[in-house]
Amino acid sequence: MTSSYQHQGTGRDYQKNLLGAWYRRLENAPRDGTPVAYLFISGNIGELLRSFGFELLFPEVNALQCGIKKVSGGMILKAEDLGYSSDVCGYVKNDIGLAATGNRGPFGALPKPDLLVCTYSGCNTYIKWFEALAELYGARLFLLDVPYRRTGETQRQEDLDYVVAQLEQLAAVCAEITSRPYDPDRLSQSLAHSRAAEDLWVRILESARHRPSPFDAFFEAVFFMAPIYVLRGTRECVDYYEAAWKEIEERLRYRIGPVSEERFRVVIEGPPPWPHFRNFWELFKRWGVCCVASTYSKVGGIWDFGLRHDPARPLESLAEYAVNCYTNWDWTLRRQMLDRYAATYQADALVIHSVKSCRAFSVGQADVREYFTKTRGLPTLFVESDLADPRYFAEAQIRNRLDAFFEALEHRRLAAHRPEAARPGA
Amino acid sequence: MEPLNFFWEEAKSWDELVEKCRTLWLDPAGSTVRAWKQQHPGEKAIGCFPVYTPQELLVAAGCLPVSLFGGRGQVEIDHADSHIQSFVCSIARSTLELGLAGHIDWLDGFVVPSICDVARNLSGIWQHNFPKGFVLYLHLPQNVDSAAAGTYYRGELERLRDSLATLTGRPVSDEAVRRAIRVYNRNRALLAELFERRAARPAQWPVVHVYALAAAGNLLPRQEHNRLLERALVLGDANLCPQRDVVRVALRGAFCEQPPLELLEVLEEAGCAVVDDDLQIGARFFLAPVAEAGDPLMALADAYRHRTVLTPVNNPGRRSRSDDLLRRCQEKALQGIIFASPKFCEPALYDSVLLKRALEGAGLPVLEFEYEEKMTVFETVRMQAETFVESILFFSER
Ligand code: SF4
Ligand code: SF4
Repeated sequence: MTSSYQHQGTGRDYQKNLLGAWYRRLENAPRDGTPVAYLFISGNIGELLRSFGFELLFPEVNALQCGIKKVSGGMILKAEDLGYSSDVCGYVKNDIGLAATGNRGPFGALPKPDLLVCTYSGCNTYIKWFEALAELYGARLFLLDVPYRRTGETQRQEDLDYVVAQLEQLAAVCAEITSRPYDPDRLSQSLAHSRAAEDLWVRILESARHRPSPFDAFFEAVFFMAPIYVLRGTRECVDYYEAAWKEIEERLRYRIGPVSEERFRVVIEGPPPWPHFRNFWELFKRWGVCCVASTYSKVGGIWDFGLRHDPARPLESLAEYAVNCYTNWDWTLRRQMLDRYAATYQADALVIHSVKSCRAFSVGQADVREYFTKTRGLPTLFVESDLADPRYFAEAQIRNRLDAFFEALEHRRLAAHRPEAARPGA
Repeated sequence: MEPLNFFWEEAKSWDELVEKCRTLWLDPAGSTVRAWKQQHPGEKAIGCFPVYTPQELLVAAGCLPVSLFGGRGQVEIDHADSHIQSFVCSIARSTLELGLAGHIDWLDGFVVPSICDVARNLSGIWQHNFPKGFVLYLHLPQNVDSAAAGTYYRGELERLRDSLATLTGRPVSDEAVRRAIRVYNRNRALLAELFERRAARPAQWPVVHVYALAAAGNLLPRQEHNRLLERALVLGDANLCPQRDVVRVALRGAFCEQPPLELLEVLEEAGCAVVDDDLQIGARFFLAPVAEAGDPLMALADAYRHRTVLTPVNNPGRRSRSDDLLRRCQEKALQGIIFASPKFCEPALYDSVLLKRALEGAGLPVLEFEYEEKMTVFETVRMQAETFVESILFFSER
């Protein structure tokens, strides 16, 4: 975008700097004597850990970085050499490969964990992943069991009570490791920052209701969402979203967006193919496709449905948060989310990117395609590849399917706008 | 398949009993369940997905628990393909096929425990394609060392009990649950006895025979299965077979999706005496009897937290899967371990890496391969198993 704008590019650049600084803190953690906790994005209770002075490391984010920097393929092969099957999650293999090759990635060197906190909120693979790391590093593992959020139910109090009880136990473990007492005030302060960032992030996400949308809720959201996942609860995270919102506001003002001419609005379900991220995005851009809502941007929290961290109820709101991450919702809730997105964001189609690595995401997507095409009459494109393993991305095939899909959509649109008499054969 | 006729009472020989059980197992459409329903009008048959379902609650509610172990290689995937992708284990796909194609339309409900990502998501597919209230999802606790997990899981059991009461229209009393616990304790004791005899004299109690006898329990009322097992122990004792030169191995990985029977036969023919396994492990999930007095739901919850076998899908907590396996190797004088994982079963595939490392560290030979329900060619496995046996015998003779 042209440089006469004041805020354009902030979201991406600022995010990059923040992440770079965070990785440097991680690299220096052993030297600085800072304790390090490893945890997952879905259901991450980072604020609690930070309140004890832990620096946080997210192996999923490392895997994502390796993917986008195109080094995941080698890491995955390394893990396969160590005995991991070609059929298990590429994120795990990327991480094992990384650890086996000295724990140095495109982002620098990584410290060893003093504590592993496994939230059973995203997937079962999380548990398997950290079991392997616990053995590898001889580190202590805390398993935060998070019940699956089931349909037709309001949030069950028992589920929250169970998670809160475990958070209290986790706090005791953290106090033991760091020799610091649990400080609820400090935690509440941090949750106030979380909440402020969440408000801003939701505003950004919802800006995509405009026509044209100022923001791609998939291809751009993956960058814009990074701070709220890895730095949530800090002042710098709030600052980031304030700056990012300015960028979006400016785009709204000047009616600019991620594609020069918005021709199709889609909802995207599933994660991106990281090793081929840019190529994948290009395939959509060529058709003037803008993603107006995505589920991937909800893996680390579903705030656009009203949920917020709450300084007045620190542990309870952390528990609520952990239960309500996208892949911890059952399929009826997930389907309802997609339905709602399609309607409120006025989508022309649904795109499902089904990745082999992630059964938590993908098993059931075929059923969802059936539902949207047959019951809802929403055109649905289904493409398969992987989020980490470059071997599964068949570009020519994906391009063909995508082109055929949007071509058909365009035909349909033209036919609908053409006067009856002019239609061939009519 | 003829209706349920208490065939075990009439069986004259071990072979006859085994054959009948085998036929029962190889009928994934469950014609005996259909027959049971005809004989018990108005009663409910409830499916249970592996690995473990607290069937005691189903029995206490007056239902027939039926373990659904997929198509057992007997069904073509036709309807399920458009609802579930191909990179998923066979059991998830073929169980869905049985449901969607109407093969098991006698099913009145389906309990799906939270064993893995596939099972969790599968519950959603079923929910979407079957009537409301049909799927009963059960969260099995992962943080087993936490006392909060006990309270939570007891609540889950209560919820399952209430859903069953709604389904049948009858309340479920504590006493009924205790009675069911007694039946299942007896069943687990009989199975343990059967498996112990096999471990002591593998040639006399071939793995595939013992397997078929245990498998019959997935389809029969459990108290009838108890009678069947009692009869089996008597007939098996009389079934004298010559001892063979074999190596004693453990089989791991088959805790959920089941391998084809031919695979077990091939292993045995190759000289592997499978004397320790996790086949259909749900029926043998507890290492000690569940308490028969006191709060029955808490008794089930306690047993789940502290006294289960360790599989890739339940959490060991303070225990360790590797130590557990190494100890079993010692206790049962095992000479090798076979990791047979269902294709695409992530929990099994992750665990085998760590377990293999521990076993190799302890100098125990390991054989590894994958299987699928519809596998029909076993020659590679046979060759691998023969080589495995030969190398163990070779080194043990030196
Ligand atoms: S299975 Fe999915 S959610 Fe789990 S670690 Fe892999 S990519 Fe992440
Ligand atoms: S076979 Fe494995 S992946 Fe499939 S349902 Fe069973 S435990 Fe899950």
